[in-house]
Amino acid sequence: MPDRLSVRKTYKLYIGGAFPRSESGRSYPVTDSKGRFLANASHASRKDARDAVVAARKAFPGWSGRTAYNRAQILYRIAEMLEGRRDQFIDELRQAGASKGAAGTEVDAAVDRWVWYAGWADKLAAVTGAANPVSGPFFNFSTPEPTGVVAVVAPDSPLLGLVSVLAPVIVSGNTTVVIASEPAPLPSITLAEVLATSDLPGGVVNLLTGHRTEIAPWLAAHMDVNALDLAGALPEHVRELEDKAAGNLKRVLRPTGDDWAGEPGTARMTAFLETKTVWHPVGV
Amino acid sequence: MTVFDYAPAPESRSVVDIRASYGLFINGEFTGGHGEPFKTINPADEGVLAEVACADESDVDRAVRAARAAYDKVWGPMPGAERAKYLYRIARIVQERSRELAVLESIDNGKPIRESRDVDVPLVAAWFFYYAGWADKLRHAGLGPAPKPVGVAGQVIPWNFPLLMLAWKIAPALACGNTVVLKPAETTPLTALLFADICRQAELPPGVVNIVTGAGETGAALVSHPGVDKVAFTGSTDVGRQIARTLAGTRKKLTLELGGKAANIVYQDAALDQAVEGIVNGIFFNQGHVCCAGSRLLVQESVAEEVLERLKARMATLRVGDPLDKNTDIGAINSAAQLARIRELTDAGQAEGAERWSPPCELPSQGFWFAPTLFTGVAQSHRIAREEIFGPVLSVLTFRTPEEAVTKANNTPYGLSAGIWTEKGSQILWTAQRLRAGVVWANTFNKFDPASPFGGYKESGFGREGGRHGLEAYLNA
Repeated sequence: MPDRLSVRKTYKLYIGGAFPRSESGRSYPVTDSKGRFLANASHASRKDARDAVVAARKAFPGWSGRTAYNRAQILYRIAEMLEGRRDQFIDELRQAGASKGAAGTEVDAAVDRWVWYAGWADKLAAVTGAANPVSGPFFNFSTPEPTGVVAVVAPDSPLLGLVSVLAPVIVSGNTTVVIASEPAPLPSITLAEVLATSDLPGGVVNLLTGHRTEIAPWLAAHMDVNALDLAGALPEHVRELEDKAAGNLKRVLRPTGDDWAGEPGTARMTAFLETKTVWHPVGV
Repeated sequence: MTVFDYAPAPESRSVVDIRASYGLFINGEFTGGHGEPFKTINPADEGVLAEVACADESDVDRAVRAARAAYDKVWGPMPGAERAKYLYRIARIVQERSRELAVLESIDNGKPIRESRDVDVPLVAAWFFYYAGWADKLRHAGLGPAPKPVGVAGQVIPWNFPLLMLAWKIAPALACGNTVVLKPAETTPLTALLFADICRQAELPPGVVNIVTGAGETGAALVSHPGVDKVAFTGSTDVGRQIARTLAGTRKKLTLELGGKAANIVYQDAALDQAVEGIVNGIFFNQGHVCCAGSRLLVQESVAEEVLERLKARMATLRVGDPLDKNTDIGAINSAAQLARIRELTDAGQAEGAERWSPPCELPSQGFWFAPTLFTGVAQSHRIAREEIFGPVLSVLTFRTPEEAVTKANNTPYGLSAGIWTEKGSQILWTAQRLRAGVVWANTFNKFDPASPFGGYKESGFGREGGRHGLEAYLNA
């Protein structure tokens, strides 16, 4: 018999930098790999998803307007804050079924991934942009810009998978609404606590927990969402989500079957970039 | 005739031999189609030019199989350096036959010979020349160390730049090692069929390029064909949406170049005569049948009156008429359907309260014609300020501050292009950074080059054509 009753955590949504419960008042029980009750997670509604899009849109001009150097600082700060909570994440991943060793490896990899992407912020334009040698007296250059508000269906790897889809979306200045892993949402909300204390402006990342089959179609059909990452979408729902995304010609990143432990590459970043080309005459 | 009028200066048609009927181009041969043949007409006089075969599903299937076989056996395995040489050959033949191509383009499309001769056809040659050089350098394109072609590309192109859009689609696809089945627009198939002859002169292996003519059903059969690995479409946003829906849940790659409603922003410190030239080029080039046309003029209030005065004076000098006349500025509207659409939207502009103006100009009695038109007193809510008209119709709005200009410019679901006119460099960069559009022309407009990426934000579609970026659509990295 322990001499002290533990204080359990209430897991909530993360919208616009705040941690509200679902406006619907709903929650759902989350269990560990052996079926034991861990916590009730918020069960987000359509209204929560719409509020999250509003927050993401509001945050977009500020976040995309920051210097790349500043975004790099903030992504690196996320790595610092995550490292500081290493033990807490190991505990939560173990509750979700990972061994102690695997949990430690995953947290370290998640920290390192933020560091990797932090370094990309001020290099993307150099690598994906161009000075175009057009045939005429013009200075002509192409620069990458963020696509806008990106909705992400996160994979079921609750920390490393989530970080691996989140970081490439926001590093270039996009803002996002993420549907966390449905069976293992708890480390995701704890990650939101890291984000909230990492100088990341409120609304850049908005995190919903709940049923992805219920929320994802609203985001896929939302006219103020510019792109959709289907990393964690169930195969039987991909067609419906892509069909809805066609309504405003969202950019869709299909499920890629990524190995989250592997080298990320640049594809997840470039999937959510637009190329802007500016022409100006040269003359005196 | 007064002393200052222009004498007629028609380009000779004798350089072009238009056949009475045309087949599909499949596996290196002209062949019949199983659909109902259709006629393509000269929009300048409504005369029938030729009868063209229509591809049904079985014909599309034949074309896709031919493309697949050519991809597997010939084009895919061929070293990039050899593919390059074929593309260089095509570029050279286009240059050699440029006059023939330009005349035929103007006859079938209605665009002035001045534009087909000086813009379309030279750019077609440039496009093949540019992408030829990529064919053996793909590993250096920054798209991964071992980029692979996608396979068979199904490509559907519009009627506004029939040959140029063909080049935009075919050149990068072939450079990357793909084979193609291309469907030209039903009102402008002739230069694509002439291009088939150019492929034969270049001795391009059979099946590498296949051309299936027909209308929307042919296009739908092509994009939904399971043997197509990649779909590229240029055309209306509505059709683009349908294609995106058709491809939902498949593994086909997709790029879309769709509509636009570009803002052309004129600040008070702009060089006004140059700006007026740019405004005219922005909206009246190619009869306004341009997805990136500067169809919304945003003028700073302090110079609005002066700009309008000079613009009207300039518009009064535009010469509308025979596309084959070398002095023609504005040719024919491409089809009766398009003319009806322009009329519907301009009527709506008047009905909603905008003020309409056109210079005095006499339009030919035969053919499809629309006088260059200007609307003032336009509100952002008017249909003429929101919907793509795709004709020689300019809507004029005003603004007071740069912030207001940017807000109004971005107030559209489209995001293809924009223009900025100011003498102040820092103002250009400030404005360009804030415009949500894929191409921004500062102190110029409607410039294109194969080395320069082109494509839209938001509902103007996704993907880029041109430049290194244009390779991405046709490679799996």
